[in-house]
Amino acid sequence: MFYRLSGVHHANYVSDSRIFKVPADRNLTAFIFLIGLAAPFIIPSLYLNSYMLPWLIWTAAALGLNLVTGWAGQLHLGYAAVMAVGAYSSIHAARFGVPWEFALIIGGLTSSVIGSLFAFAALRVKGLYLALTTLAMQFVMDWVLTHSPAISGGSHASLQSPTLALLGQEITTDTGFYYVAFGWCVLVTIFMLNLKRTGLGRALVAVREKDFAAAILGVNSFYYKILAFATSSFIAGVSGALLVATFFFLAAPEQFSVAVSIQVLAMVIVGGLGSIIGSYFGVALILLVPGIVNGLVVTLSDGLGTQIDVETLAHIPNAVYGALIVIILLIEPLGLGKLYGNIRDYLMVWPFDQFKK
Amino acid sequence: MDWVFLSELAINGALTGLLYSLFAIGLVLIYKASSVPNLAQGGLTMVGAYVVLALARDVGLPLWLAIPLAAVVMFGLGFGIERVALRRLAGRPVVMILMLTLGLDIFLRGTTLAIWGGTSRSMELGVSYDPLFLGDIFISRIHLVGAGVALALFVAFMLFFRTRTGIKLRAIADDYMASWSVGIAVERGVGLSWALASVVAVAAGVIWGEIQGVDQALSLLLLKGLTVAVLGGLDSILGAVIAGIILGVVENVGADFLDPLVGGGSRELIVAAVLILTVMIRPHGLFGRHDIERV
Repeated sequence: MFYRLSGVHHANYVSDSRIFKVPADRNLTAFIFLIGLAAPFIIPSLYLNSYMLPWLIWTAAALGLNLVTGWAGQLHLGYAAVMAVGAYSSIHAARFGVPWEFALIIGGLTSSVIGSLFAFAALRVKGLYLALTTLAMQFVMDWVLTHSPAISGGSHASLQSPTLALLGQEITTDTGFYYVAFGWCVLVTIFMLNLKRTGLGRALVAVREKDFAAAILGVNSFYYKILAFATSSFIAGVSGALLVATFFFLAAPEQFSVAVSIQVLAMVIVGGLGSIIGSYFGVALILLVPGIVNGLVVTLSDGLGTQIDVETLAHIPNAVYGALIVIILLIEPLGLGKLYGNIRDYLMVWPFDQFKK
Repeated sequence: MDWVFLSELAINGALTGLLYSLFAIGLVLIYKASSVPNLAQGGLTMVGAYVVLALARDVGLPLWLAIPLAAVVMFGLGFGIERVALRRLAGRPVVMILMLTLGLDIFLRGTTLAIWGGTSRSMELGVSYDPLFLGDIFISRIHLVGAGVALALFVAFMLFFRTRTGIKLRAIADDYMASWSVGIAVERGVGLSWALASVVAVAAGVIWGEIQGVDQALSLLLLKGLTVAVLGGLDSILGAVIAGIILGVVENVGADFLDPLVGGGSRELIVAAVLILTVMIRPHGLFGRHDIERV
């Protein structure tokens, strides 16, 4: 009915290795891509700048974390620190006079190098202990950042980002910033979509499922773990740099604190480990819903004629954010991506229900 | 080298360390029973302190009554959290359980602050702030009281683990499949461990609330508590006590040496370094079981 298919059946390898195995998925993606392109003309600039843009950049970042946590199965609680490395190194490079294109790549590469340090923890331990080690490393990074004025920018601990300029074009308008974020998010998404189809992606999944079984199959799990951390750190670094260049305009250590690491992990897990569309949903939920709920509470209390304490209002988004994580995990531990997948699988054969996956 | 000063640092470090143990005992209780790393212990500690204050200030009970009552409330809360949230995720990958406890932590913190506000309050236990002098050594009274509470809780739990219920909990910690097969209610045991950890959180919340004020900073004890728990072995209460003393001394003495070199604030760094080194060198800690899976 909606998908005009009776389940996914492959007759040859070429059809099995397509990015979109169902034509309707491809059409939907193309449609969303077109909406994304047209967004500056249909969405008011306030919403474009304060909702769409952070959503896209955080999605790119979350996809990077999903690579290492969802695909390679390595817990990472220090992701914000890696983003900070990228942000600070590319802004320092840009302030030094390096063109932004190269500054972003420098940021990504520096992140890769530092982020690979986290991989050395992953070579020794896994699971809970890896999470604790990366958490401790995040604290070390935070400490280094706040205690070295040379990096964080002097006594006020903030670093002004120079005007973003790509391909010789200075970018100063909201629309311009949006397209930069959109372009980066699309690039990362295309990379992740293709990851499943490549040997690298399959090797990462093998490492996730059982590292010694992967080793028996000839997959060098040490090599792939480092590769996963380096790749995801590159994405983190560029995302961090773009976040500062297009959204914050000012780099400060609090933007990359341990709470942010937890937030990105929450986005990935609420969205669904290893799910690309899920990351989009997860970021939207974690980033936008607490603010929306707060707005609703304000409207509701105004409507009822009651006054809510300012301090209470300030903390409601946090409570909602925590509650969202708990509720989603209790409803569907595999995340929003799985919920979407359930609906899609149902509609795939609607009005019949013989399709079992 | 000034030995008096050094021993003062060491003794006060050990006392502070015992206060970290007070926090870590809660983590250990839950990890022992259900292998769940409870990252919400910081949030629980904060809730515990705020409940005590709510009963003491808003209801107007005297503190000696408010603290046991708060313990009862938190006992129920811990039981409830296990029943509603943790039980449904039993057997899931550790990443989801970690995220669930992190979510709980954020939720507890947000809700507490939304109800009671973020301004720092004082506990006013009535412990004198006058320092105690042991020879030339200066000791803080409240730290001494807190260390006493930590040791008392340690002894109480050692005795508790010899009672019938305690033996059941030990059986669950050892092998929950085997416990099931001999008719132990494993779910109830795990729930009880959450409830007990929440009661410990009240004790930690009261003592730490007296020391640094009752506010959001109480939940930041998590990193230190986790370090103590991991160093002690995550499933050993004795380990938590000894590791607490070790961390406290290392942190206090180390910070005194490092602070002039790096310009202050090296405590966090030392704690993080201890955590990283423990996991790298001896993941099962000082007294933990050796069955931790290494790569």
